[in-house]
Amino acid sequence: MTSNLIVYLIAIPLFSSAVLLLSGRKANKWGHLLGTLASASSFGVGGYLFTQMLAQPAEERALTQKLFSWINVGSFNVDASLLLDQLSICFVLLITGVGTLIHIYSISYMSHDLDRRRFFAYLNLFIAAMLLLVLGDSYLNLYVGWEGVGLASYLLIGFWNQKPTYATAAKKAFVMNRVGDLGLSLAIMIAFASMGTVSFAGIEEAAPKASTTTLTAIGIMLLIAAAGKSAQFPLQAWLGDAMAGPTPVSALIHAATMVTAGVYLITRSNFIFDAAPTAQLLVVIVGAITLLFGAVVGTAKDDIKKALAASTMSQIGYMILAAGLGPVGYAFAIMHLLTHGFFKAGMFLGAGSVMHGMNDEVNMRKYGALRKFMPITFITFGLGYLAIIGVPPFAGFYSKDMIIETALNAGGIKGILLGSAALFGAGLTAFYMTRVMILTFTGTKRWDDEAHPHESPILMWLPMAILAIGSVASGFLFTRGDALVHWLEPVVAPHEHGEHSELLPPIVVSGLALTIVLIGISIAVMMYVRRPVADVAPENVSALTRIVRQDLLQDVANEAIFMRPGQALTKTLITVDEKVIDGVVHGVGAIAIGSGSELRKTQTGYVRSYSALILVGAAAIVLGIWVITQ
Amino acid sequence: MNSANYLYLSALLFTIGAVGVVVRRNAIVVFMCVELMLNAANLSFVTFSRINGNLDGQVVAFFTMVVAACEVVVGLAIIVTIYRSRRSASVDDANLLKR
Repeated sequence: MTSNLIVYLIAIPLFSSAVLLLSGRKANKWGHLLGTLASASSFGVGGYLFTQMLAQPAEERALTQKLFSWINVGSFNVDASLLLDQLSICFVLLITGVGTLIHIYSISYMSHDLDRRRFFAYLNLFIAAMLLLVLGDSYLNLYVGWEGVGLASYLLIGFWNQKPTYATAAKKAFVMNRVGDLGLSLAIMIAFASMGTVSFAGIEEAAPKASTTTLTAIGIMLLIAAAGKSAQFPLQAWLGDAMAGPTPVSALIHAATMVTAGVYLITRSNFIFDAAPTAQLLVVIVGAITLLFGAVVGTAKDDIKKALAASTMSQIGYMILAAGLGPVGYAFAIMHLLTHGFFKAGMFLGAGSVMHGMNDEVNMRKYGALRKFMPITFITFGLGYLAIIGVPPFAGFYSKDMIIETALNAGGIKGILLGSAALFGAGLTAFYMTRVMILTFTGTKRWDDEAHPHESPILMWLPMAILAIGSVASGFLFTRGDALVHWLEPVVAPHEHGEHSELLPPIVVSGLALTIVLIGISIAVMMYVRRPVADVAPENVSALTRIVRQDLLQDVANEAIFMRPGQALTKTLITVDEKVIDGVVHGVGAIAIGSGSELRKTQTGYVRSYSALILVGAAAIVLGIWVITQ
Repeated sequence: MNSANYLYLSALLFTIGAVGVVVRRNAIVVFMCVELMLNAANLSFVTFSRINGNLDGQVVAFFTMVVAACEVVVGLAIIVTIYRSRRSASVDDANLLKR
């Protein structure tokens, strides 16, 4: 079925972004209102299309819209077409819904910033690009959105680029994302070279005929792309620094939407990964490593935003893990993505609210006892906290439990390893999130006298409250009658019922997960409630703690493996260029100049010498001819 | 009389002309030496014409005379002009292009 409305999802925020960027200072008064309105209208269109989809039978729900014929060269035809199916609509509603809430929040959060209009322009640009990413019907269309969100992310991380470290963080994110983008472009090229098409439908049709090697290659390239965008191992290092951006950006882009694009990519490419077991195994491994990596890093962070960023990385690791488990996992990956979108965005906004009241202090060791001063922030953050650690009946319990269960049931040693990783990660999550809660909201006050903690205005706490409601209810709603699983079935291949053996009954898995979560909470309570918390990070800690504080040496490793050899290579090439290539060029010039100045000496300017030379030359020629003809 | 003698004379005249061009500095003398070389060539043409028994050489000699007349007109005009502006008829003084 076609629908002419889909394009407005993208066009409204894009147009608003252009207006805000081009109209200059005149729009300062109403720029933020236009930006919010654009996002809300997009959400309205999304909601209307959702009701239209609901009215159709399951197989006919996908809506398409052809915009124009984009590339038309020989047998290579790409249309700029949009595809709104069961998977896209989940993202559309998440992006525009959470996006609108964060726009509303930003009106107040950024009210003292002189560049608020530009901020909203970038936010709108991000919304448009992200919607294009999830609505494109081919990898090429997706790629445009993929690069668009990269640009918006770069602009917003470096929004306060008057601080050099923030500008560097933006560049770091951009460069690491480029590595992933290269993977995506290579995947598109391989797909085109081997199947002659880049559209999802075309590749899905051609995939069964393609060789496993080709599919594995495409799968690995797509995994690299997903790792770059979603901050997965080994391209995870940029996410922590990306917290340089304003907090609403961290909530929208680096928690709820953009960083989950990798999960979308893998779920969308299910037809490739299902046919390429090696690539799928790599996906699972990357997911498992990252979920532990992020969780471990999160345990040592004193910066509230960086702790949440590490947590984001870890939670996306869960999603990638689920997406790598094949048809049984896709729906759970998306479910966790949606619930995570609610609770993590809510917690980031809560962190922003705390910073707002504490003179932009981010160090949790300078917080403490904020519960009394910020009751609403405490409650909304607390609900998000209960959701992320997976306490029933909050959202995270349903989605994370499903992933752990699916991982355990993956079969054989693989299932046991993945299941234990996911369970251990759940324990770590409980530990570091409890630590964040305790350090921020309970205990004794550790802030300086200049700080005057106060509750944020309604424009800020209302979005937090709505997201908190989502963190409470969404998991229950998604799993009621397997609603989300059935909804996604037409896109991610039919569910294989009862084929996999169950290692442990679900109730036991839930019990196990809850026990581990409880252990995590108790350790955190023992460490941070029973003992006083120092307002500066203790120095005399074990080597392990020190390594974890340095993000498990991720920057050290990147610098040693890529940066220094890269610099050395560059220096060598500069030397070669200056000495060898420039030497040749300068040498040719010097030869010409030298021989010229020597020959110049024969030009005396005297007619007599010229005539003598002519005479000698003529005589020589005559002599030569005479010698030859003799 | 042996025709070769005319050719020897022609070679002698040409050599005198060539040496004059190379060693003399006065533009008029150089010019006369050039004329001497042209006429040496004319003598050769006429001689070959006689040896071969046809008129080709004679015709070329006439052409050479016409060209020489033109050359004299242009050349003398140049020499006079240079003399007017530089008060010298020496070919060594006319070396502006070198500077």
